[in-house]
Amino acid sequence: MRSIGLALGLLAVVPAFAGTPNGILEGYRAAGAATVSAPRGEQLFTSRHGSDWSCSSCHTGNPLARGRHATTGKDIAPLAPAANAERFTDPARVEKWFRRNCNDVLGRACSVQEKADVLAYLMSLR
Amino acid sequence: MTNSHRRLAFDLTVWAVSLCAGIVLIAHEAMADGHRYRADNARWKAECGSCHLAYPPQLLPAPAWRSIMAGLDKHFGTDASLDPAAAAEIGTFLQNNAGSSRRVGAQSLRITETAWFRHEHDEVPGAAWQRPSIKSAANCAACHRTAEEGDFRERNIRIPR
Ligand code: HEC
Ligand code: HEC
Ligand code: HEC
Repeated sequence: MRSIGLALGLLAVVPAFAGTPNGILEGYRAAGAATVSAPRGEQLFTSRHGSDWSCSSCHTGNPLARGRHATTGKDIAPLAPAANAERFTDPARVEKWFRRNCNDVLGRACSVQEKADVLAYLMSLR
Repeated sequence: MTNSHRRLAFDLTVWAVSLCAGIVLIAHEAMADGHRYRADNARWKAECGSCHLAYPPQLLPAPAWRSIMAGLDKHFGTDASLDPAAAAEIGTFLQNNAGSSRRVGAQSLRITETAWFRHEHDEVPGAAWQRPSIKSAANCAACHRTAEEGDFRERNIRIPR
C-alpha cells in the first residue's frame, strides 16, 4: 500500500514540475542532452536550414518580442518565457510545436539535444 | 366616428405598423445573420486558430473539410498535424456544421478560391490583397475586424492601407 501511495505521489509531482521551462529542460537532460548550449540554440533558431523559413521568420530574431506568421500574417505571442509566462508550461503543447515547426524549418524532427539547446537559448533571454 | 371608434382605428394602425416593422426587423436580422457564424468548439478554436483565424465551418462543404483533416501534416505548405483524439473531435465538429455544397462548393480546399468568396469580394481592388498589412486573402481578420467572433457583417469591415 505504501509503495502505491508513493508512486501516486510521484506521479502527482512529476507533471507539476514538468510544467515549467526548467522542468522541461531537466526532462531533456534526463533523456540524453548532457551538455546544453544556449549559443548553439541561438544558431539553430536564427539560421535557415534548406527551407524558406528559419524559426525567426515567424518568431522574429528577438523572441522577447511579438512575432508574426510568415504566410498568414497572424500575430504570435512572444516565445521567450521571460516575456510570456505561458511558454514552456505544457509539455504536450511544446512537443506538438517542436514537431511541426522543426519539420517545416529543418525538414525533420529536432533531436532532444537541439530542443534542449533552443530552450536554453530562449530561457537565457531577459 | 365616436371617440371609441377613433381609438380602435388608432390602435389597429399602431398594431399594423408595429407588426410590419417587426417583420422587417426579423427579416433584416436573418439576412445579417447570414454573415455571422455562431458554431463553437473550444478545441477547434484553439487548434485551428493558432496559425490563422479559425475559419467558420459553414464556409466549406463537408467533403472539403474531410480532405483538409486527412492532410494536416502537409497543410498548405506547413505541418499542422494533430494527435488523433483532437483530430477526431475537430473533424466531427466541422462535418456537423459544414456549409452546403450548393452554396459554398469548392474546387480547391481554399475558401478564398470558391466562387462564393470571389463574388462577395468582387468590389475589393485587386492590389489590396497584396498589401503588407493584409499579406493574404486568407487573412480575413485584416479587413473583417470582428472575424474572431464569427462576425463578417459589412458594417464591421475596414480595408487597411
Ligand atoms: C511558419 C511560422 C513558424 C515558424 C517558421 C516557427 N514557428 Fe514556432 N510557432 C508558430 C506558431 C503559429 C506557434 C503557436 C502559436 C502560439 O503559441 O502563439 C508556434 C509555437 C511554438 C512553440 C510552442 C511554445 C509553447 O510553449 O507555447 C515552440 C516551442 C516553437 N514554436 C518553436 C519553434 C522553433 C524551435 C522553430 C524553428 C525550428 C519555430 N518555432 C519556427 C509558428 C512558427
Ligand atoms: C501550423 C499552422 C496551421 C495550423 C495549426 C492550421 N493551419 Fe490552416 N493554414 C495554414 C497556412 C500556412 C495556410 C495558408 C494560408 C495562406 O495561404 O494565406 C492555411 C490555410 C487554411 C485554409 C485555406 C484558407 C484559404 O485560403 O481559403 C483552410 C480552410 C484551413 N487552413 C483550415 C484549417 C483547419 C480546419 C485547421 C485545424 C484542424 C488548421 N487550418 C490549422 C496553417 C495552419
Ligand atoms: C482585403 C480585405 C478583405 C479580406 C482579407 C477578406 N475580406 Fe471579406 N469582405 C471584404 C469587403 C470589402 C467586403 C464587402 C464587399 C462588398 O460588399 O462590396 C467583404 C465581404 C465579405 C462577406 C459578406 C459580408 C456581407 O455582409 O455582405 C463575407 C461573408 C466575407 N467577406 C468573408 C470573408 C472571409 C471568410 C475571409 C477570409 C477567408 C475574407 N472575407 C477576407 C474585405 C475583405
